[in-house]
Amino acid sequence: MLVEAGHFALALALGLSLIQFLVPLWGARANDPVLMAVAPTTAVAVFACIAFSFLALTFAYLNSDFSVLNVVQNSHSAKPLIYKISGVWGNHEGSMLLWVLILALFGAVVAISRNSIPMRLQANTLAVQAAVTIAFLLFILTTSNPFTRVVPAALEGQDLNPLLQDPGLAIHPPLLYIGYVGFSISFAFACAALIDGRIDAVWARIVRPWTLGAWAFLTLGIAMGSYWAYYELGWGGWWFWDPVENASLMPWLAGTALVHSTVVMEKRDALKVWTILLAILTFSLSLLGTFLVRSGVLTSVHSFAVDPERGTFILGILILFVGGSLALFAWRAPMLKQGGLFAPVSREGALVVNNLFLATACATVFIGTLYPLALEVLTGEKISVGAPFFNFTFLPLIVPLLLLLPLGQTLAWKRGNFLGTAQRLYAVFGISLLATMVMFAFTYGGPVAAPLGIGLGLYLVLGSLNEIVSRAWSKGTPLAVAWRKARGLPRSAWGTAIAHAGVGLTVIGIAATAWGIEAIGSLKVGERLKGGDYEVRLERVIPRVEANYREEAAVLTVFGNGRELGTLETMKRLYVTRGMPTTEAGILTIGLGQVYASIGDAQPDGSIGVRLYHKPLVLLIWIGSLVMAIGGGISLTDRRLRIGAPAPAKTMPPNAVPAE
Amino acid sequence: MRFVIVLIAALLVSGSAFAVQPGEVLKDPALEKRAREISAGLRCLVCQNQSIDDSDAQLAKDLRLLVRERLVAGDTDDEVERFLVQRYGEFVLLKPTFGTHTLLLWLTPALVLALGGIGAYTAMRKRPQPAGAALDDEEQKALDELLSQDRSAS
Repeated sequence: MLVEAGHFALALALGLSLIQFLVPLWGARANDPVLMAVAPTTAVAVFACIAFSFLALTFAYLNSDFSVLNVVQNSHSAKPLIYKISGVWGNHEGSMLLWVLILALFGAVVAISRNSIPMRLQANTLAVQAAVTIAFLLFILTTSNPFTRVVPAALEGQDLNPLLQDPGLAIHPPLLYIGYVGFSISFAFACAALIDGRIDAVWARIVRPWTLGAWAFLTLGIAMGSYWAYYELGWGGWWFWDPVENASLMPWLAGTALVHSTVVMEKRDALKVWTILLAILTFSLSLLGTFLVRSGVLTSVHSFAVDPERGTFILGILILFVGGSLALFAWRAPMLKQGGLFAPVSREGALVVNNLFLATACATVFIGTLYPLALEVLTGEKISVGAPFFNFTFLPLIVPLLLLLPLGQTLAWKRGNFLGTAQRLYAVFGISLLATMVMFAFTYGGPVAAPLGIGLGLYLVLGSLNEIVSRAWSKGTPLAVAWRKARGLPRSAWGTAIAHAGVGLTVIGIAATAWGIEAIGSLKVGERLKGGDYEVRLERVIPRVEANYREEAAVLTVFGNGRELGTLETMKRLYVTRGMPTTEAGILTIGLGQVYASIGDAQPDGSIGVRLYHKPLVLLIWIGSLVMAIGGGISLTDRRLRIGAPAPAKTMPPNAVPAE
Repeated sequence: MRFVIVLIAALLVSGSAFAVQPGEVLKDPALEKRAREISAGLRCLVCQNQSIDDSDAQLAKDLRLLVRERLVAGDTDDEVERFLVQRYGEFVLLKPTFGTHTLLLWLTPALVLALGGIGAYTAMRKRPQPAGAALDDEEQKALDELLSQDRSAS
């Protein structure tokens, strides 16, 4: 019954979205406040309906209701509780439901947002948001209904794909979707501005927190996915330039550019048209990512042709919204007034360069991901575009961007002085260069990329630090005063510095992988395998039987320079229901580096294959991403982004009694 | 978002995620290093976007052994690659060759950067001067009037 109610709530949400789309749009045209006021109310109602629907599906999973097809296909009564919950979005239908849930959530938050959004802007924005919701609700209801029943009900479920039975992957999709779908708000605001034909710094100030929040979540989501791939897939890679990864990287690159261009728009009232276009492109890339992942077109062009219903539907949505918004842009953008002049050498100019490089990097990922598909469709020729292509083209675009980053961050608005700015960074240059040379000398004969990359990362971290220090301290300032000044700097300044330092940390982590060591061997119990300064000894192999899998666990003792450091356990699992094997890597964290081991098949002589890695500083890759997201979060708490929110009362009237 | 690839990989790949097997490693470390580098650039033809170095599919293993065989036989890196392309087509290369069919692929980054750069530069140059739009007749008259009042007042 609850399942049917969930299904019905989804249909109700569709009807309400239609109202949320049509009425406010008309209201904004007719300048009728009553009609415009329909938008926030319906937005909240749509969210409530979809949330109910989502809970109904979750309930079916928790109860192992095997009369629901989706539950049968993706759950099992013996599955741990957390994976019963994450199983809801661990499949196509459920993940699309999560998608619209987050879409509606954002709409509802815009609706109840206490930040004073002008009424027309809010009405138009929620109408555009509703249009996206309508398209995706139709998609779910017609092609991907998660509430389909099976008669007769199954006795047992087919279990969730074992690779997805992992805490990392339980939270990865929600994080990623909040990021992905969050850009829909920037998109809706951009379309609303175009519909209204008006755009100004207030618009940028309203939109920026949404973009920043979505960006921070997307950063976390991508980092989480990368760490998951690192420890779950068992060969220690952390980024594969896989089309599915690229699908999330493209909106991230465009979103990063957008976060920067809205700064220019807010502070200097410039780059308006470009910012609008970027907001449209960023969400378009999110839609493209959804299409790529959900249509099966990546597996092969043929699988798309075999089961074209879903793929064609999302392709239709993609064309409708990308085409529609770009047409709207072409029609209305020329009417937008340009403002804010600046010299090429200025903070604005630096941010234009930032946008140029990020957009080019994004275009590179785009063409690399889609070219093989297009070529095959057009000529039938099959080529592969993989990691070597992306590393070759992406790095030359990112390195100059990173080299310019501290300079751009230090340049003055409007008209800057390049040499003067470079002078302010001379200590940063000096220390980074010196550190690079020292590392070079100590690792002579080793990979060149590592010291260079770490030097670059250090330069970014120090450059960010320098930005804070130079704003708070000058020669002769007592430290206490400088500290007070630093604390008094706007949160956005701190956020910027922290996020950029995070970029530096990630760069250091990536560069240090060049120092990684790998060893392969087959070991019997008691034997050792050496890789660089580290060594493992196979202690024992334990067979285990758990609720929904069997495994063989190898216990390895890790030695560093002959000293015992600890033990790690690496497993080979077999998930019984699906008969699917997985590898669980064994990881011992030492400082910021990790000793990483995975086991392979047993050899005929009774020994077992062991792959051992030492990955120095590898954790910095994800710590850096986390720091980037934290920087974004701190920036979000900046005072000026909270305008319109009622200020909390500093003192309570003496006789006031707190509400019970 | 990796579900799909993982699903596909899981279907295609049997056995554990354990690519290069201990038995495959060549005795000569220099030769093995070359083999690894070549393998990283070759696609496991039955997998989704995995190099033969990362994959544990049977075909990937066969290709890894083939690469090592050719290297031991004295082939250069290029010769090994050419041999594999002859056998399996360009699909086997993860970094496609530069040619008419991949012109757009290889040139896009440079084109976007150059055109974007030129576009941004010209947009910055031809910005209207701060003076802004000229006044129309009516506004000019109003301004003149105000100015003359000002003068007469002082």
